[in-house]
Amino acid sequence: MRERRIIAIASGKGGTGKTTIAVNLAAVMEGPVAYVDCDVEEPNGHIFLKPAITAANSVAIPVPIVDKEKCTGCARCVTACRYNALACVKGRVLVFTELCHGCGGCMLACPEHAISECDHEIGVVETGRANDICFVQGRLKIGVAMSPPLIRAAKAASPSEGTVILDAPPGTSCPVIAAVKDSDFVVLVTEPTPFGLHDLTLAVDTVRQIGIPFGVVVNRCDIGDDRVTDYCQREEIPILIEIPDDRRIAEAYSRGCMAVESLPDVRPFFLQLDLRIRDLLSAPNGVQSAT
Amino acid sequence: MKVVVTASGQSLDAQVDPRFGRAAYLIVVDTETGAWSAHDNVQNLNAAQGAGIQAADTVSRLGAEALITGHCGPNAFRTLASAGIKVMVGAQGTVSEAIEAFKSGALTPTDAPNVAGHWT
Repeated sequence: MRERRIIAIASGKGGTGKTTIAVNLAAVMEGPVAYVDCDVEEPNGHIFLKPAITAANSVAIPVPIVDKEKCTGCARCVTACRYNALACVKGRVLVFTELCHGCGGCMLACPEHAISECDHEIGVVETGRANDICFVQGRLKIGVAMSPPLIRAAKAASPSEGTVILDAPPGTSCPVIAAVKDSDFVVLVTEPTPFGLHDLTLAVDTVRQIGIPFGVVVNRCDIGDDRVTDYCQREEIPILIEIPDDRRIAEAYSRGCMAVESLPDVRPFFLQLDLRIRDLLSAPNGVQSAT
Repeated sequence: MKVVVTASGQSLDAQVDPRFGRAAYLIVVDTETGAWSAHDNVQNLNAAQGAGIQAADTVSRLGAEALITGHCGPNAFRTLASAGIKVMVGAQGTVSEAIEAFKSGALTPTDAPNVAGHWT
């Protein structure tokens, strides 16, 4: 069986080009490749890959149900809940399902065994194919605030061999951690602007703490200034590729087209990115990770 | 009758805090005797989520029959309603003025939340 390698495409700042990098990288890679859209609040990789969806599975988290007969109103469940999802008034426990993280702490804390769990749907994981690419995406239900369990479910639905490309959500909070955790390599996409640099440093701190090897893609590299490249040099962070600001790429994007398909001269950037990642992953001493 | 007023300070001269869940202080006033005490709400002020629910839980534990505040969201309202606590929204001025408005009948209980969650 072939080994599986997981490459997460992340960024601190939103709108730097994570999805563009992820879908185009998936398109140029050889061998079995999967694209997993972990940006479950707004998955948009499907616009470019145009997959045929063949299966959809509902994803739920366990939320508490309180047996009123058994409950004595001791409120230990309320004290145990770190998410303020429970209240006890007039000896009756109220459950606020939309605030529950499904940790099960209340059930453990209840001395009367009055709490059981039921499923609360948070979204759906869809799978299919886009030509040779295995396609997976999570779609969070509208109004639901909790994406990590759905992100984990989307990752669990990805193939067990070949290359898996995870399109992570922006930022550095729980959904990002849920997406990039257990990856073999993280590609941080940024742009050479003050905002790009600021959020890149947050993303670098995050990935270093998790201890995953990473490199940077500088998108629209000829706008802004040199501070991103100076920062990467100073921190000894490999810059994987630099993609120039090209109106044709933006136009292809706006039409929902893959840059590597509509613009042959863009393809070498992504072949180079693939090569750089493979080189860094096979380096004898590994690549820079923690500290 | 025990009434809780949300306040930005720890005395009856403090301004009514228009926020309920993340109010700085909860002031309990006995409308018959005039006795009062201030309780800080810092734990809920800094809560990541569910501040209104826990503040409502506090109001219930303080033994209040009514709450006077600026705004009240859906989760806080559901908790207060379950506890049988009347909710008066739209209060302004100092805590004393709000209590007088309540006594004179200028503040009437609402039967629904007046803002959506996370309105600030």
